[in-house]
Amino acid sequence: MKHLLAIDDLSADDIHRLLELTDHMVEINSRPIPKVPALRGKNVVSLFFEDSTRTRTSFDTAAKRLSADTMNFTVSSSSVSKGESLRDTIETIAAMGVDAFVVRHRSSGAPAMITRWTNASIINAGDGWHQHPTQALLDCYTIRTGLNRRDGFDGLHIAIVGDIRHSRVARSDVQAFAALGARVTLVAPPTLLPPSLQGWPVEVSHDLDSLLPDLDVLYLLRVQRERMDEALLPSLHEYSQLYGLTDARAARLAPHALVMHPGPMNRGVEMVADPGELPGSVILNQVTNGVAVRMAVLFWLLGSGSDLAEAS
Amino acid sequence: MRTVLTADDVRRALTRIAHEIVERNQGIEGLAVVGLQRGGVWMAKELAGLLSAIDPEHDVPLGSLDVSFHRDDVGLRPIVPASVTDIAGSLDGRTIVLVDDVLFTGRTVRAALEALNEYGRPSAVQLAVLVDRGHRELPIRPDFVGKNLPTSRDELVVATADGVTIQ
Repeated sequence: MKHLLAIDDLSADDIHRLLELTDHMVEINSRPIPKVPALRGKNVVSLFFEDSTRTRTSFDTAAKRLSADTMNFTVSSSSVSKGESLRDTIETIAAMGVDAFVVRHRSSGAPAMITRWTNASIINAGDGWHQHPTQALLDCYTIRTGLNRRDGFDGLHIAIVGDIRHSRVARSDVQAFAALGARVTLVAPPTLLPPSLQGWPVEVSHDLDSLLPDLDVLYLLRVQRERMDEALLPSLHEYSQLYGLTDARAARLAPHALVMHPGPMNRGVEMVADPGELPGSVILNQVTNGVAVRMAVLFWLLGSGSDLAEAS
Repeated sequence: MRTVLTADDVRRALTRIAHEIVERNQGIEGLAVVGLQRGGVWMAKELAGLLSAIDPEHDVPLGSLDVSFHRDDVGLRPIVPASVTDIAGSLDGRTIVLVDDVLFTGRTVRAALEALNEYGRPSAVQLAVLVDRGHRELPIRPDFVGKNLPTSRDELVVATADGVTIQ
């Protein structure tokens, strides 16, 4: 495999293999010196055209733990602000010798476009409303370890709650959870659902309360205030009354159920309860696992020689 | 397929190696046995059992090590890591007996020595192998050998508890 652009490029077997590789990376991260020489000499460039702290630092840490060289490209201090086109930016940086670009862009499809302009591997770190594949992989890994489901998610019921419409995380998660066999229910007011759900392997509900006792995983999405330019919600207060995780709702979850959130959280909106007090909260595990999953992705694309295997 | 050692031969060789380890280290206190994934894991387990039988007073910690991410041929061939490394606690000040089934080019052992560094600073590392088949590409020498077996480069040596064969 050369690029990681979207979850539906991966088979269920691919996902399982990546999660198994992640087990090795978790072990590396637990060592007194969490660094291996596997990607020595490889150059990984992060190219973030949209704000991010955790994804960017997570990729950066992952690359460094595999001994790759890393370069950060910040749009505000670059020639992009002088009007350089995306293609020129990519070709210029690629000419310095780059093995992988980690790309976040506000436009869906930008990472796929970039694959045409360079021979480097492209890893999609979030494009528009489209995909965020490493987030979905780390979510799968967190569920796999949190509920001890190494062989798949058959029989698990996962609810994804919130702003599905604007969420690349939801699009990637739905595909990944379904590929591993879970039953996925989307819970949101109608205005925050995509215009069409044709082809999505999901059920839809507008009533969170009736679902709660049946869930194995409650996945809360961030209410993306910066994308709320069309008055899709009457008020944030009403949203949190109907869909926010309060202490009362948390008490109705099954004892084994996990509570997840891709961050950053809006406290008092989708997360009313204190996540530190929720027994099922694995939100910080998601962050920890993010580094290991991204190490697995980088190693898979740059270090495992899988391309050579396919060529021979 | 040619049988070089039978299951009985393997058992006797491991028993001898266990005694050599005890003799060399004047007991088993401070030892830890680490098997290389995948071939060395069963052998490390056998050796740890034999060592505890010789000196029941002391525990011999047993670990396993996967060296995929330390290999010098990363990117040149498909690397599919075996089971996850399992080393509990720090190796500082311990004598490590590194265990593998077949010693060939020595590249796996080089990678293993580098990997061990990340778990601490052992006071010494010794190498035990069931079969030394020659063709070293690095200056690496085993401390304990079950059998020296002259081979050609393209032969395949399979070593398990059930015996050693050349295919």
